[in-house]
Amino acid sequence: MENSNINKQAILNYLNSGKRFDGRKELEYRDLTIETPVSNKAEGSARVKLGNTEVVAGIKMSLGEPYPDSQDKGNLSVTAEFTPMSNSDYEPGPPQIDSIELARIIDRGVRESGFIDLKKLCVKGGELVWNMFIDIYSENADGNLLDAAAIAVIAALKTAKVPKIENDKVLFGEWTEHNVPLTEMMPLVVTFHKIGGKMILDPTYLEEEVSTGRITIGVSVGKQERIHSMQKGKEEPMSAEEVEFCVDEAFKKAKELKTKIDKLLK
Amino acid sequence: MVKDKNERTVVVPGEVVSDDASKLPGDNTYKDNGKIIANRFGVVEDMGKIVKIVPISGVYEPRRGNNVLGIVTDVTFNGWLLDVDCSASGFLSLMDYPRFVNKNDLEEHLRIGDVVYAKIMGVKKKGIDVTMKQRGLVKVEGGILIRVNPQKIPRVIGKEGSMIMAIRNMTGCRIIAGQNGLVSIRGDDKDLELLTVKAIRFVEANALTSGLTERVSEMLTEELKKLGKKPQIVPQEESFGEAEESSENKNEEVEE
Amino acid sequence: MSSYKKRYDGRKFDEMRPIKAQVGVIPNADGSARFSFGNTKAIAAVYGPKQLHPQHMQIPDKGLLRCNYTMMSFSVTERIKPGPSRRSQEISKVTEWALSSIVDLERFPSAVIDVHIMIEQADASTRCAGINAAVMALVQAGIPMKEMASSVSIGKCDETIVTDVSKEEEDYEDGEGATDMPFTILSNTKRISHLQLDGKVSQEKFSEAIKAAMKATEKIHEIQVKALKNIGEVIEA
Repeated sequence: MENSNINKQAILNYLNSGKRFDGRKELEYRDLTIETPVSNKAEGSARVKLGNTEVVAGIKMSLGEPYPDSQDKGNLSVTAEFTPMSNSDYEPGPPQIDSIELARIIDRGVRESGFIDLKKLCVKGGELVWNMFIDIYSENADGNLLDAAAIAVIAALKTAKVPKIENDKVLFGEWTEHNVPLTEMMPLVVTFHKIGGKMILDPTYLEEEVSTGRITIGVSVGKQERIHSMQKGKEEPMSAEEVEFCVDEAFKKAKELKTKIDKLLK
Repeated sequence: MVKDKNERTVVVPGEVVSDDASKLPGDNTYKDNGKIIANRFGVVEDMGKIVKIVPISGVYEPRRGNNVLGIVTDVTFNGWLLDVDCSASGFLSLMDYPRFVNKNDLEEHLRIGDVVYAKIMGVKKKGIDVTMKQRGLVKVEGGILIRVNPQKIPRVIGKEGSMIMAIRNMTGCRIIAGQNGLVSIRGDDKDLELLTVKAIRFVEANALTSGLTERVSEMLTEELKKLGKKPQIVPQEESFGEAEESSENKNEEVEE
Repeated sequence: MSSYKKRYDGRKFDEMRPIKAQVGVIPNADGSARFSFGNTKAIAAVYGPKQLHPQHMQIPDKGLLRCNYTMMSFSVTERIKPGPSRRSQEISKVTEWALSSIVDLERFPSAVIDVHIMIEQADASTRCAGINAAVMALVQAGIPMKEMASSVSIGKCDETIVTDVSKEEEDYEDGEGATDMPFTILSNTKRISHLQLDGKVSQEKFSEAIKAAMKATEKIHEIQVKALKNIGEVIEA
């Protein structure tokens, strides 16, 4: 359904009074649930619900040759699909820029944080390494697919097991007891949207349509706090103060998210 | 088929709703071998001679005479195309706008994204023709717009508009409910606007049950207390739009 | 005498795997449902009837029902590269035909009903699970139809007819090997709206398969109806 000027204006008016249609505060996330696994054929998989937004992520591994510039590391590939099932605005067909961007942002966060110990995914240096494929699908799109997808990917990785190998060939459908080698640098993603000059978190689909600028900040929190990825999207520029405010909030929110995720995955 | 005194019987397509060969198949049913069978997901309404199904889901089916809310999707040389949230698009000709419109000024009156309250004049295969030339039909401004299951809208509006009035007399918000399920709510207070949404969602979720008006009033009384506000009774003159729709709000099928 | 005397998972020959059905699982959709046969999990969403663009695709007297069936990359042991495959396109088409036969498309001239099916976990009979989910989704979306439809795969391992083929049974090699026969049967008229066959089977055995399909789809239909009358609840059988 077409978005109305009434609601576009209402979202702005409400935010001026610090209100949102669902009663949340500006920097408040919707309720989060995580379910693992989604598929018993995947090395690891998870379903995340953030309010009405529902996303699944699954991990599949295979053996292959390393890339020439990383001879002793496993390979990582992330794809995402904004499925037509999840929202009538998404059409079937090849990935559109939104889903390509989401996949690349998640890829950057996972890769740069070093969450997956890619060196441990090397079977024979220079010859044989693990390929890790992370595929993300939206099941109901009601805003903020990116943050939800990042949590799904983390949950899928944390519950993933390495498949069995025999004679340098994967025994599909059989797994070792070993978890996929991870470090403690969990790649969390916090996306801020600018609406009418205010920064909000975890927008609904309607709020996303009205936002004029967004910034996604990928961080890891733990012994160290580091920023691993950033992406500013949409046309409206942001001041340095706004960006630094977002970075500050991102670390705070990431810590809260990490606690929630650890608790939900127990 | 079990019938509960307080609950209506929900049936699925293909289900036998009556094996009384003397009965006639009403809306959303068909007769086969002396039995009346459901053609649609809904509740059975036995009206004596005729048995029909009242749908509980599904997109809005446009009917001549219905008042609907539409969102402008395009401005053409002689009118505006509207999204009426159904399988056909709506068209409002500049001749059917309540003011004189110069051919070059269409956009000054209605832009893309604007919302209008209009009446359906005709339903053709190509689309729906609407008019705003009637008292109470207006360009809708301010407030918020929500989408309600069109099959539940009659309950939200109530008999002669009674449910809307009951809600309005508690929250003080102006409510325009299109029979296509789009509802506009506007009040001076955002908390009261959101409370109105809550009340409408409550009716939508409990549409098949009885004693709804009382339960809505109870719920609103409690919520108003929490907000520290009193019921906001609206004087009669301010209820434009609703007087029109209460006479239009008939869930009877207007076969044209 | 058939070499397949006992099913790998211990089921009776006419016994289906545990079924789960749930209606109303995708809030954005006009109708949606999940359906599983054992470890095969399908999810379906219906949007429509709605306007069909571009206009030249519209059929003036009838509506259009479009279906797309996709398997998630991680639903199987060897990853499926995202994107349509020839297999998924074929399944999309037979599903489209199966569903079009129950929907009264003349009620929606120039409009379209979109059915999306995705498989989260695959363990044989994915197209049947998808069709079962799609039918519930169509009903929830308020699409008019004279009757519903239910789908099941009937197999033959050597000479034994089995209901709801498992992955292992699909790979049976002794004797006449494995034959896979997915059926979709209409609830009231018992007509067949989808039928495929892949293997080696005699006329007599095929007739036996039809009977098995009729019996099984009756049970599946009961579960679909229960799920529709208890929206949101997971119905298990």
